[in-house]
Order: sequence, then C-alpha cells, then structure tokens
Amino acid sequence: MSINQSGWRPEMGNSGNGCGGPATYTGNRALMLEEPLLFEIGKLSNTGLDIEEVKAPASRLGGLERKADIGLPGLSEPETVRHYTRLSRQNYAIDLGLFPLGSCTMKHNPRLNERVARMPGFADIHPLQPVDTVQGALEVIHQLAHWLVTLTGMHSVAMSPKAGAHGELCGILAIRAALEARGDTRSVILVPESAHGTNPATAAFAGYKVENIPATKDGRVDLAALQERLGPDVAAVMITNPNTCGLFERDMKAISDAVHAAGALVYCDGANFNAIVGRVRPGDLGVDAMHINLHKTFSTPHGGGGPGSGPVVFSEALTSFAPLPFVEKTADGFALVEEETAGEHHARSFGRMVAFHGQMGMFTRALAYILSHGADGLKQVAEDAVLNANYILRSLEDVLDAPFAASGPCMHEAIFSDAGLAEGFTTLDIAKALIDEGYHPMTMYFPLVVHGAMLVEPTETESKDTLDQFIGALRSVAERAKAGDEALKGAPYYAPRRRLDETQAARKPVLVWNEPQQAEAAE
Amino acid sequence: MSRYFTEDHEWIDLDGDIATVGITDYAQGQLGDIVFVETPEDGKQFAKGDEAAVVESVKAASDVYSPVSGTVTEGNSALDDNPALVNEDPEGEGWFFKLELRDAGELDGLMDESKYKKFVESL
Repeated sequence: MSINQSGWRPEMGNSGNGCGGPATYTGNRALMLEEPLLFEIGKLSNTGLDIEEVKAPASRLGGLERKADIGLPGLSEPETVRHYTRLSRQNYAIDLGLFPLGSCTMKHNPRLNERVARMPGFADIHPLQPVDTVQGALEVIHQLAHWLVTLTGMHSVAMSPKAGAHGELCGILAIRAALEARGDTRSVILVPESAHGTNPATAAFAGYKVENIPATKDGRVDLAALQERLGPDVAAVMITNPNTCGLFERDMKAISDAVHAAGALVYCDGANFNAIVGRVRPGDLGVDAMHINLHKTFSTPHGGGGPGSGPVVFSEALTSFAPLPFVEKTADGFALVEEETAGEHHARSFGRMVAFHGQMGMFTRALAYILSHGADGLKQVAEDAVLNANYILRSLEDVLDAPFAASGPCMHEAIFSDAGLAEGFTTLDIAKALIDEGYHPMTMYFPLVVHGAMLVEPTETESKDTLDQFIGALRSVAERAKAGDEALKGAPYYAPRRRLDETQAARKPVLVWNEPQQAEAAE
Repeated sequence: MSRYFTEDHEWIDLDGDIATVGITDYAQGQLGDIVFVETPEDGKQFAKGDEAAVVESVKAASDVYSPVSGTVTEGNSALDDNPALVNEDPEGEGWFFKLELRDAGELDGLMDESKYKKFVESL
C-alpha cells in the first residue's frame, strides 16, 4: 500500500487520462515515471555502504538508548540519486517556465551569480576564520551594504537577518529598543489590511498588540482612519509598499509625517522593493526601517532553491540600535564589529539576530546582480516588472474581474477576483486548470481583502511572447470557468496526481510511514 | 433564549447570563472547508473585541473575536476532533465557546436575525 491514495497510479493503466495508447508493463509512460516512496524502494535490511561492523562501546545512556532498529531504508547512491531526480522532474521550477506566484517575485536567477558564488574564496570559507584571511568576503558584505543603503536612501543596514520575516523582526526590535531608550512604553503596532500577512505576526511576536487599519475601496491605506487611530500608545506602523494589492501607497510621505508627529516610527515591508528599485528611495518617504529581500529584488534563489536573505536598512534615528555584527572599513582593511569591539558607537545595539554574519552565498549573488545591472539596469528591472504586470492586468480585465483596475497602474503584480465566474466555480478550479496548461498556479486567496483573489506576478524576466502565451492560457481557463465548463472541476487531468483532497489532508494528515504489514494490521 | 448577531459574522445565544458564541452559516460558507479550530480555555477572561478563538480553513486562518466581555465557562471540545462540525451545523453543534456575561448592556448594539439577514444581503 502506498501512502498516496489519490490521483493517477500505474495500476490504473491509461484509463482516465485520455492517452489512448496501450497500457505499459511498468505502468510508466515514457518520461512520466511513477515514483514510489524512498521507504518503498529501499529495504530495511539493505545498506548502500560497505563498512566494517563497528563494535559499539558500552552505552552510558542509562537505559535510554534505542532498543529497536532505527528503520531507515538502505539504498545505493545511484538508487538515491535517481529517486530524487525522478521526483524533481514532477516539480515546477523557474528554470522550466513562467512562475506567476504573486508576492513571491520568482525572477530568473542569473548564472553569472552562481559562478561568482562558487568562487572558492567565497564558497569555501568558514565564519570563524581569522578576518585577515577573509578580507575579500568582508569587502563583498561591505560593498553590498553600501549599495543597499544607496538604493534605499537610508542611513545604515544590518546585513545578518536571514529572510523577510526575520528582517521584520529585526526592524521592530530596533524600534522597540529606540522607544525603550527614551523611556517610552508604547504597546500598539498598527498594520493596514494591505500589508503582508507576516507583519501582524511579527508585531505580536515582538510583544506588541496589533490593530488593523482598514483599506480604502481603491486598495490603499485609509489615511484618515490611520490618523484617527494614532496616539501616545502607538509604537509603530507597519506598511507594505508597494502593497499586497499590487499598488503603490501614494500617501506614504503623508503617512510617515503623521506617524512621526504622533511620536511613533514607520516600518516598511520592503518585500516588493523590486517594483520601485532605482525609481524610489524609501528613505525619502520617511521610512525608519525596511527589510529588503535579496531573494526577490536581487534575484538570489528561493522557494526551495536556496535560503532567503533579508538585510534591514535603518534611518538615522534607528541606526545606533541596529543589531551586530557590522563590517567596517578601517586603515588596516575590513573589520567585523562584534560585541567585544562594538565600543561606544554601537553600545546601544539591541543584540544579534544570528550567530554569524548572514547568508554569505546570497550576498555574493546579490552583489553580482547589482553590479552586472548597474544603476540604469536596476531602474529598468523595476520598469519592466511593472510594465509586464500591467500588460497582464489590461490583457485580462475584460474576462476576469480586476477590483483595483481603476486605482491606476498596478506595480509588480496584477490582482483579479472570482466575481463573475459561473455558480459553483472558484479560484481553485482556475488554479488547478492552469496546472494542466503547464503553469505553476498564481497565488490564490491572498490578499484576504479580495474575494477569491488571484495574484499574478510575472517579474521582469518574461518576454512579451511568454506573457502572451500565459495570458492566452489564463484567458481560456477563465472563459471556461465563466461558461460553467464542468470538466474544469476535475482538473488537473495531466499532472502526476489528480486533484488532491486538501481538506482531508489538513484534517487527518498522515505524518508517519508504517511498514505495509503494520499499516494493514492497524486498519 | 434570544439570538444576537455581529457584523463580524458571529452569533450569540443568551441563556440566563451564559452566552454561547459561534460563527454564522454565512461565515462558514466564506471560509470554506474548516480544518482546525482553537477554542479558549475555561476561566479565560475577555473584553469585548478580544481575540478569542482561531478558525482555520483550506483558504485562510482567521481570528474569532469575543463579541461581548466575560469569562469563558467552556470551549467546544467536539471541534478538536471534528472541526467539520462548523461547516455542517455552524449555528448549532458547531458552537465555539460559552462565556459568563459581564455586561448585558453590550448586547444592545447587536443585530437580531432579520437585521443580520439584511446585513448579509447588503454585502
């Protein structure tokens, strides 16, 4: 018995998939290989290694040692490699096609970045090496920091946070340290509805009470409602700009001025910085802290392809509270400013976010991206990302409801709702049908302010031809959903698995693999 | 026994000074298949508008706010094993929690069934 009970399986032959050919002996269909679980291929009695039996020393665990076999399947190296390579062929990736996942910025990862990151001077070093042996790596961090501060118009940057939400926490902890330093006990953080979902979670995690600020009908922060709520208990406002409705917060400067006048600070979620890089400097808009997702704006791999990296830029007011370490340029070269060497100019630092210095592999890639594009190239990145999103928005607004179509041009992502689909047809049906069309679906049911939201972010990577093909596919699927084509309810038909029962999977998840005889005995 | 409704799509049944709180049929329809419900512990005190419970569907996780102030006397433990009750019988077996009402005056601004029906139609 295999764990996955749904969808197409080899024993079902070719029925139900419309292939029409004869059944195969193996159940495989040419390059479409059915792959069992690792546990189902490997035998518990096998081993892929040829090492001598080790005589274990007497246990000193006092009876707590493991008594039974650990139960891991034994496989050879080629069996293991093939297993994961076969599975990877059932996956979708940015290297296979357009990846329209909104809010995720799935842009191309240039191969030049990879070449730079693999240079031994960057790839084969250790964070505890003496600093005089890693001067080149420190210079990369220092140069990247310089460009991030320059591009954002801010005062300083903390390079160590490891991803977006980690960066948010870093920013909010700096804000808290600044407020505490002046004896201020403000306890509320305001988060507009148009902000990223991680913002309220970050504020709550940092010990603040979270309050919502409603969005206006056109999908932006309600400035009047915000001004009304500001008061001596408000520590900060967290604003995502461009926001998660894909719109630029035009009132950002007025919002920052009002927040500062009330004695609070402005956190900006900079996850969508790719839409404005080279065009807008958040520092000019009154932002006090903002994280930058190197894995989005600056093209470092993510979504299973690599770790995130979320440096946080600070205004002058927050700079002295920023976390350690820093890289500083001295007369003797580059130095790491840590607790022992912080001295007076970093004495108010709130502490550290991580043990070492951040994601070195992402720093090298991001700097390669910045330097290879140059100032004009980065500006064009933002322009093309926005142009592509608007092309999608305007090409589909006649067939899909676009709730903010009248709110002006969108930024990096286009948003549609499920209004106008035939009775009983949902955003989920459209997403599943896109799988059959050979695309990873767009982000769905987010943001929450849009009913049955479909959030599409093409990024600057895509050519007009690629966009036209995607638009054609989405148009075709949307028309079928409006016409009430029942076949849509069964999609996907051509994926390695048919539509999975997500409800049952969440309600009664099967989290443990049991040997077949055990599983049968338990039934 | 009388039933009240809030603009956040919760219903409140009042029996003496014990209020039973749940989410409306409209709310469960919007959320879709519910996969997890976290109800509050006995004795927990809420002010009106406090986050009291969490409901998670295949689409989203949402907070349920306490529509009135009071002390929790019971969370619906049946939802731990069977969150689908909220989809099947939202305004009956799928109730979330009961609380001892602190101020009956807080019920004044709430809607009755016909008003709530009109409110939903206006959305």
